[in-house]
Parts: sequence; structure tokens; C-alpha cells
Amino acid sequence: MTQTSESAARKDRPLLEVRDLSVHHGQLQALRSVSLRLPAGATHAMIGANGAGKSTLLRTIAGLHQPTSGTILLDGQDVTRLAPERRVEAGVVLVPEGRRLFPSLTLEENLLVGGTSARPGPWNLGRIYDLFDWMADRRGQRAAQLSGGEQQAVAIGRALAANPRVLLLDELSLGLAPVVVRRIYGLLPQLADSGMTILLVEQDVSQALAVASEVHCLLEGRVTLEGPPGTLTPDQIESAYFGVAASPNGQGSRQDPPGAETRRPGAGQIPGASE
Amino acid sequence: MSSVGQAAERAGGPDIPAAGQAPQPPLRVSRARRSTWWAGLAAIVVVAVLGYLPYIVYSNTTNLLVDFFQLLIMASMWNLLAGYAGLVSVGQQAFIGLGAYFVVILASHGISPFAAIPIATAAGGVVGLPVWWLVSRLRSGYFSITMWVIASVCMLVIIQVSSLGGGTGIALQGLTQSPTLLTAYTYWATLAVTVAVFVAIYGLLRSRLGLVLTAIRDDETGARSIGARVSSVQRLVFGVAALGCAAAGALYAISQQFIVPSAAFSVQFSAKMIFITIIGGIGTIEGPIVGTIVFFVLQQTLSQDGTWYWIILGLVAMVVAIWAPRGIWGLISERIGIRLFPIGYHLWPATEQAARQSVKT
Amino acid sequence: MTWVNAIVQGIMLGGLYALFACGLSLMFGVMKVINLAHGDLAVVAAYIAVGVIAVTHVPTVWSFVLVVPIFAAIGYVLQRTLLQAALNRGVLTTLLVTFGLSVVIENGLQQFETANSRSLDIGSLVSDSFSIGSQITIAYLDLVILVVAVVVLLGLQYFLSSSKNGRLIRAVADDREAAQLSGINYRHVFGVAAAIAFGTVALAGLAFGMYTQFDPTIGTDQVLLYAFEAVVIGGLGSLWGTLAGGILLGVAQQVGAQYHAADQILAGQLLFLIILVLRPQGITSRRELA
Repeated sequence: MTQTSESAARKDRPLLEVRDLSVHHGQLQALRSVSLRLPAGATHAMIGANGAGKSTLLRTIAGLHQPTSGTILLDGQDVTRLAPERRVEAGVVLVPEGRRLFPSLTLEENLLVGGTSARPGPWNLGRIYDLFDWMADRRGQRAAQLSGGEQQAVAIGRALAANPRVLLLDELSLGLAPVVVRRIYGLLPQLADSGMTILLVEQDVSQALAVASEVHCLLEGRVTLEGPPGTLTPDQIESAYFGVAASPNGQGSRQDPPGAETRRPGAGQIPGASE
Repeated sequence: MSSVGQAAERAGGPDIPAAGQAPQPPLRVSRARRSTWWAGLAAIVVVAVLGYLPYIVYSNTTNLLVDFFQLLIMASMWNLLAGYAGLVSVGQQAFIGLGAYFVVILASHGISPFAAIPIATAAGGVVGLPVWWLVSRLRSGYFSITMWVIASVCMLVIIQVSSLGGGTGIALQGLTQSPTLLTAYTYWATLAVTVAVFVAIYGLLRSRLGLVLTAIRDDETGARSIGARVSSVQRLVFGVAALGCAAAGALYAISQQFIVPSAAFSVQFSAKMIFITIIGGIGTIEGPIVGTIVFFVLQQTLSQDGTWYWIILGLVAMVVAIWAPRGIWGLISERIGIRLFPIGYHLWPATEQAARQSVKT
Repeated sequence: MTWVNAIVQGIMLGGLYALFACGLSLMFGVMKVINLAHGDLAVVAAYIAVGVIAVTHVPTVWSFVLVVPIFAAIGYVLQRTLLQAALNRGVLTTLLVTFGLSVVIENGLQQFETANSRSLDIGSLVSDSFSIGSQITIAYLDLVILVVAVVVLLGLQYFLSSSKNGRLIRAVADDREAAQLSGINYRHVFGVAAAIAFGTVALAGLAFGMYTQFDPTIGTDQVLLYAFEAVVIGGLGSLWGTLAGGILLGVAQQVGAQYHAADQILAGQLLFLIILVLRPQGITSRRELA
């Protein structure tokens, strides 16, 4: 290959790729052959009902679960067997569901801890305090005393302190008032503008559709729908989300037979539709 | 495909028949297989043979067996506590010592020590109630050491009582039999208690309570989440263990004939119980049997050097706990697939055709 | 001995017990490990000191300079290997493994050392004392041990609150999984915490050896149980709770001894049981009992 086609290939290569990932919790299968391609700089969202496997997917990408089969590639490099802390070094950082701040540490200490395995990059304490202008005044407060929305912001800040290449966000809106949720989601475009690649999991479908350039829907551990928000109709989303036929003439019904792998992600095609 | 068919397909795995297929044949549940009856017969024969032993062997053999059975009782009790109820006690010697001293007290009031065994056992169980109240809220490590402290407290209190011999010890009164007869009676009493203990354990684990215990053994959080009354079951098991250890202590008093507090309440009892159960196989009825046998073999081989056999025992127990957590019996039963005490359930398909295969839980 | 003096002696003794309790508290707070071999390890440190002194002829009071680092290294290795393997299996396994370790250590010491009592010879420091008024006598050794205990606790407090490693330890103790997600290698952090805990155990063992005669088997009765009682009385999660617990235990014991000489240990254990019933999280702790 020539120089230019090599770099072209690299540009085509997604920053984060998940191939045929299957994950079990004991005997229960949480993910069935899930695949995903996340280009650099993009913001993708995963939606789906409770128990669909969204959090499991993020946690597996972050290294907290070992998959039964499948691979996870970061910029072409296989990270499937890496320990969670090594993935942070590599640039994959998860903001876990429920914030999970360190309650006995102060706000600033939480941010500092986030930078334990930080990669070189633009995010440091000062820049995080710029992004969240209220934090600097409260830096000495213990994390357990912060409100839910504040904790969510600190959790994001803690993740940013590691200078991630891929930021994984698990259920940002959980337990937060709508106005707080909107404020937090308002930050995401700023992060995206700075070049951050984001994969977020969200139960609030409208919020997910509003921020993401592509949406993936999970149901019972399988991807049932993916595409840019603009090309998906509410019917399609509803049926992919709940897994039932939306209307009797077959339009919008789930087309993915169990075990099938053929799926081409792209412009709003429901796999196998009208073929 | 119709949407109903799609729904059915989506709904389940391979077990649930798709619409339109014939239903699976009904299943029959039984508690025992034919091999169980043979095993039961064998058990009766074994016990009969053991009972006859004093007539045919020398007294040092029967004495050895007395020690063996006492250890077996204690280990089985610890196994019940830790292996099934999730309570790791390092202080069961409290009940052993109390059982011993209750016999001493009763004997000094004219009751025959052998007759005192059941009374001392019951008294030990009664003491178990306030002790449980003290420790029931404690979790794992805290529970363990607190039981140890309680044993220490019991010992220190008894040492204060001069009529019980204080720190130097006291002889057991009321053993008026001739030496040979005494050996035989001690042996039979110990054998009887051992059989009673195993019948009780078997009955307990086979009952519905046993299902709860097995659930707790497998996953305590999971058991709670399905509504199992974990705390009341743990209280019951704690009480049973108190009774069993007190009984063992009573037998200990009779076989030793002279009780010293530091020995009767020694943490060495716990060490033996723990190592025997871990090495033999925690969480199974057969495990303590295997473990006690291993312990005795080791003791006989290395009896010259007390410290070496503890060192080896301790190292083996540590290794087994980490790398073979189901113990020797666990390894054996996984390979051979047998269980001496049938407490599980068997599924039998009712049709002839499928009867060749049976699914054992 | 009068009651006032008994209380003063108890406070002095509390310094020793606080030193005992430090390591136990740290390992439990961070790794959730109750190290049943804790007391025996302290006794091992005393034996190592005897050996080190015999070889290098350093004065006894300086033996800690060599023994503490050795022990800290042992602690790191033991945590990364044996204890981590047991932790991966579960809490039950860890308890059983530390119990096994305790038995192995006690019998190993009996095998390779004599069963006779030894002590660390510190010359006249053992018996020298000074008086306050007519009723209170304070032995220099006891005072030194109390001061050392306070210094160690202060040092630990400072380390945990202000240093980077201390912060990591606190984070891992709070939420191990979240720590992993923040890029922390928790196994290494556990190792560091164990190293520190073992360092304090070494100090405790040395203090114990100077204070009294020791032999291979007293580790559990006289160190582990007192350390545990001090932790429960004082409360987990606070190093000052550890000091308070040690002092209260010491005072209870000495006051009990005043009442009836044989009651010394029992008095302490009764206090422990009372606290367990009335306030199981300890005097100073805000958290629930672990």
C-alpha cells in the first residue's frame, strides 16, 4: 500500500469497533453478537429498554466484563483482554451508571484521581474548571454532599481528566431532573467540537436522538436498528425498542431473525427490509 | 411469517416448543434412585459393624475412633454453619467447653455423666440463644473474631469459678465403671451421638429448610432476593451447631476425664474443624467425613512432631481453599458423580423412550 | 495502685493497643480483609528483630529501622500473591486463608524457635519510670510507646489525606470498580496499603516485644484479639477512633485489674461486648458497621 492509501485506510477505520461481541452473566446471555463501529469524532447513542444490554456493552468495552466471544478494537488495536486501567491508558474511559464518585474524597480529589492514568492531552484541572464554572468554588467539598446533577458533572470531569479518546457515558439522565439533564447534555456538543468521540447509553430516547449523529437500538442483547436520527421514523424506533410489530402490514416489524449476522450499518436501512 | 409465530420465536429458547409442535412428555420427580436404597442399606451395615467393634478390637483402637467421631461431629457442625449458612465461626470451642463443663457440673451433683450428655447438649443450645443475639447482626470477619472473643470470655469466666477447678482443671466424677466397660460405653455413646448428628443433618438438608440452606450456600444475596428467610434459617443452624458442639464437648469430658479450661476452650478445636472441612469439602455432608479421615491419617503419620503436622495441614488447607475450593470430596464427586447422602432431586421423563437418559440435579 | 493511677496506666496501655489495631483497621478498611494472622505477624516481627539484633548488634531501640521496611516488603508481596488470590475467591476464602496462615506461622515459629519466652532487651528502659504526684507512676517505655502510637497515627492520617498514594488508597477503599474505571491498578494499591499495614504491625510487634515476654503462640490472644476489640470499640474508618478504642480498652482492663487482679482481660472483653450491643459501629464512627 502506498503512504496515502495507508492513511486513507486509517481514516476509514473506526476509532472504536466492536465485532460480534457476546457477553454472559453466569448462564444468562446479555449480549448476542453485537457489532458497532464508532468513527473518530462522532457521537453515537445506544437506546433500548431496561435489561436490553446497553450498560453491559459499555462495561464490557471498559473492561469490567470479559466477553465470551468477540473483539473490541481501539483504532485497530485489539483491547479485548486488557485490564480496565490499561484501557484508560489507551484512551477508553467510562462514566459509569449512577455516577459512582468516591464519596469520602473531595470534588477536586475526585478529579485528580481521574487523572491517574491520564494520557497527554488538553484536559487538565484548570480546563475542567473552565468547562464547569461552578466547580472551582466547591473544590473542597466532599463528593457525597453534592447534588445529583453536580455529581454527574464531576463524574464527567473525572473522566475527562484522563484525556480519553473515546468517552463512554452510561445513563447520564438517571435520577436527575429534566432541566438538569438538559444542562448536562448541553455540554456534549462542546466536547464533540473539541474532537472527543462519544458513545452514550440513554433511556431517554428523545435526548439521545437530539445529540447523536447515529443511534443504535438494543433489544435483548441484539442490535435491532441503527442509523442517523433523521432517517428513522418513530414507528421504526418504537418497534426496534420494544420488539413488536408496530402495524399489521409488516412495516416496521422486527426483521432480524435470531442468529443472523448480515447487517450493513448505514443510512437508515432496516436490515433485510424489502429484499 | 405471521406475527404470532414471530412472537413465539422471539419469546423463548429451545425449551419452549414453537406453536404447532407436540408438547414435551411430562416429567416425574423423585428424591431417590435405586442406588439410594443400596447406600442406605450399606449405611446400616456400617453402623452395625462399628457398634460391634468394642467386642473385637483393642481399646486403643476404640479410643482412637472416639476421637475420630468427636472431631467428625465438630467438623460437621462447622460445615453446617460455614458451608450452608455462610457463618464462619472461629469460636465454636465456646460450646464445646461449655458442654464439657455442664457434664462436670451435673456429674458433681450425682448424675451419671452418660445421662448428662443430652442435658449438657440442651444447655449448650440454650446458651446459644443469647450468643446469637449478640452476634447475629455481624458480618463475616466481625462475626468470626467475635465468636472467638466469646469463647475466650467463657473460658475466663469458668476460670474464675474455683469450684470448677479454676485454671488448673477438674476431674470428672461419677465414672464408676471398670476401664474396659468405660471405654466401651464411651465409644457407644460417641457412636450414638455421631449417628444422631448425621441423621439430623441429613434430615435438615433434605427438608424444605435444606433447600433454603443450599440456596444460601450457593448465593446468599440471591437467596435473599427470592425471599428466603435467611436470618431465621441462620439462627436455626446456629442453634443446631451449638447443640452439636455442646454434645461433642460432653463426649470430650467423658473421654478425657480431666478438663482444663485452656484445653476445653482451645481455639485448636476451631483449627481442626476448619481444616478438616476445607480439605474434605465444604458444603457437602460427605466432606467432613473425608476430611476427618485425612486429618487422622496425617496425625498418625506425623504424630511424633506436633508442629509439622499443623504446618502441613495449614498449608494444605490454604491451597485447597484457593485452588480447589470444593475440597477433596468435591473433586471426587465431580468426577464420579455420586452422592452418598441423597438430598437432591431427580427428574425422570415419564415416557419409555426418554427413560434411558435421566437428568440429575 | 490507686484508681487514678489505674486510669493513667490504662491510657499508656492504650498506646500499645492502638499500635496493634492500626494495621488491622487499615487492611479491613481498604481490602475488607480481617487478617486473622495479624497477631502472629506481630510476633514474627519481634522474632525477626531478635535475629537482626543478634547479627548486626544494633541497639534494640533502633531495630525498627531494619525490621519495619523488611516487613513492609513482606506485606506487599503477601498481598499481591496469597491474599489477592484468596480475595478473588471471596471473603470466606480470605478469612480461611488468613486463619491457615496464623496456624502455619505459630507452628512454624515453634518449630524453628524455642517455645520458651523471649523478650527484646532494652536494658533499664523497661523498669525506669517517673512519678507525678504521689499516686501516679509512669514508665518511660509506656510513654514512648504511646508517643510512637500517636506519631504513627498522625503520620498515617497525613499520608492518607494529603499524598497521592493516600488518595488512591482512599478511592479504592470507597469504590474499587470506579477506581478501576479511573485508571487505577487496584491490586497495586492494595499492595501498598498492605505494606503500610505490615509496617505498623512490625512496629506493634517490636513494641510488644519490648513491653513483655513473647513466645510463638501468644500472637492471637494478646495481639489480634486486643487489636480487634480496640477497632470495634473505637470505630472503623477513623484513625483517631483506633486510638480512642485502644485507650478505652486499656483503661477498662486496668480498672478491671484494680477491682480484681484476675479480671483484667475479662473487663476489656466485657466492654467490647457492651459496645457491640449498644453501638456496634464504635464510639467515633459515623458509618454503619461493616
